[in-house]
Amino acid sequence: MSENKEIIRIDNLRREFVVGNEKVKALRGVSFTIHEGEFVTIMGTSGSGKSTLLNLLGCLDTPTSGEYLLDGVSVQSMSKNQRAVMRNRKIGFVFQNYNLLPKTTAVENVELPLLYNSAVGAKERRERAVAALKAVDLESRLNHKSNQMSGGQQQRVAIARALVNNPVIILADEATGNLDTRTSFSILMLFQQLHAQGKTIIFVTHNPELAEYSSRNIVLRDGKIISDTINEHPASAREAFEKLPKDTD
Amino acid sequence: MNIANLLKIALKALSNNKLRCFLTMLGIIIGVASVITMLAIGQGSKNSIKKQISEMGSNMIMIHPGNMQRGGVRQSADDMQTIKVADYEAIRHIPGVAAVSPSVNSGGQLVNGNNNYPSTIYGVTPEYLDIRKFKVKDGAMFTDNDIKSAAKVCVLGKTVVDNLFPGGDDPVGRVIRFGKIPMTVVGVLESKGTNSMGQDQDDVVIAPYTTVMKRILAIDYIQGIFASAVDESHTDETIDRITNLLRAQHKLKEEDDNDFEIRSQQELSEMMNSTSDMMTVLLACIAGISLLVGGIGIMNIMYVSVTERTREIGLRMSIGARGVDILSQFLIEAVIISVSGGVIGILLGVMATWLVNLIAHWPVYIQVYSVVLSFAVCTITGVFFGWYPAKKAAGLDPIEAIRYE
Repeated sequence: MSENKEIIRIDNLRREFVVGNEKVKALRGVSFTIHEGEFVTIMGTSGSGKSTLLNLLGCLDTPTSGEYLLDGVSVQSMSKNQRAVMRNRKIGFVFQNYNLLPKTTAVENVELPLLYNSAVGAKERRERAVAALKAVDLESRLNHKSNQMSGGQQQRVAIARALVNNPVIILADEATGNLDTRTSFSILMLFQQLHAQGKTIIFVTHNPELAEYSSRNIVLRDGKIISDTINEHPASAREAFEKLPKDTD
Repeated sequence: MNIANLLKIALKALSNNKLRCFLTMLGIIIGVASVITMLAIGQGSKNSIKKQISEMGSNMIMIHPGNMQRGGVRQSADDMQTIKVADYEAIRHIPGVAAVSPSVNSGGQLVNGNNNYPSTIYGVTPEYLDIRKFKVKDGAMFTDNDIKSAAKVCVLGKTVVDNLFPGGDDPVGRVIRFGKIPMTVVGVLESKGTNSMGQDQDDVVIAPYTTVMKRILAIDYIQGIFASAVDESHTDETIDRITNLLRAQHKLKEEDDNDFEIRSQQELSEMMNSTSDMMTVLLACIAGISLLVGGIGIMNIMYVSVTERTREIGLRMSIGARGVDILSQFLIEAVIISVSGGVIGILLGVMATWLVNLIAHWPVYIQVYSVVLSFAVCTITGVFFGWYPAKKAAGLDPIEAIRYE
């Protein structure tokens, strides 16, 4: 994998918060490099710093010290607006609670990131949104409103929204946390599919079971990496899905 | 981020909350509609007062005897005899005086055959018609020769004609009696209707002043003088000149008070204008306050909307919306509410004005400036009251906003 392009390089990343009079060290020097085509799970209990790390990787926050290069560009010196443009062009977010716009159709939800990119015209925007929804097997639900869809379908729309701007990296934050086991596996299958197509994915979760489905697993504890292992033979989510007892109720 | 996309986003957000959006708009609609209607009513009544005053003769100057004390006893104006024909003759030669006429009048019974009618006979000169804006409809006005000879001729107002000639006969050339004095009708005045005080302006008989002075009243003074300035703007100047002239004529000393009163229609018109101006300001204030309340309604709803949509704002930021994009989105939403409320308000205001005119028969007049003004004010209201909530939205931290419950 090392011959592939570097997507993310962080070096001795630190992040401190001041809460009241106390200084809370959320990240105490984290370093790793992620190459194109990796499917990385970042794991840790709550308070381990994984959310802080995700915010930094997603250009939502800036580190107190340390270096962050996203797709070869240094992020920590960027202004708020520059980081917004960075998120718009290079990152796709998938959240635990989907965060779709209410009363809005699937295709309009997926178009949203492109609305903030003036280089994309209305026609191209629609075409790319439809293509992204096809990629998540929702071409039959283009004009369904977000509140008319199941949780799994909503998460698929959210994934399509993360794909539509052709990001260099997809950041998923507990993307299966709100779903039942069957749907979780089907979403995981989708992530594996995207991985197989060459997408780079970072999946942040507290659920240790998910590690075996990714190609690399980073474990955080108290703001430090305690393990970083490559998984040469990830388990197939499809097989796990098929083994699940069918819903016969 | 281009304007078309921003508009699309704002419209979409508004259409998700149609009822709330309409109710917010209602505040602006009522504000704008009431501003337009109130100003139209205010301006309408002002215009109608102006018209009535100018019908009475807008640059008319009235001179009456007045302020005379005899041994400490103040005299009634009717008893005073301070104004003479010589004063009238002198005023005629003042520059700036367009027309002048002495005035002597007497009440009495008019008789034509079996019909009689009580009225007032005014002794004047032909110039009186110009001053009071009367017009002769049938026949002709009496002439200066009639004045010289104190001829027994008269011109009748419509009310008098209707009462003396109920059969519809042509009164011109007929002889009627005023008391015991026979007079030949030479003309009939065009009807003017009632004035703003409710007086019937057609209940008049006009005759040469010499006739009234010598043949009816047997007096050597006149009761008053009517004059008119060349135009309204010269009225004050002309009044000053007449005052100086009359003081000289009457040989008054520096310290003496005037022994006459001089008034113009302008004073009356100014008084009435200031009353209706005050009414207009008052109405506009009430309407302005309702517009302000509407604006606060927008602000309130936008604040609620920002709080309610915190997660949406967080999401938009995390997928690449900059602060300025969020700010513009909420600002545009506020402006869309206020501007469309303004447009509906203008339409409703025009309709309400029309209804007021139709049902209550109040005079109305919609000024273009009131429409432009209220539209501008409600646009500014939208920007002003939308700014703070929009600023708040743009200043949210995306990390906290996206996890807001």
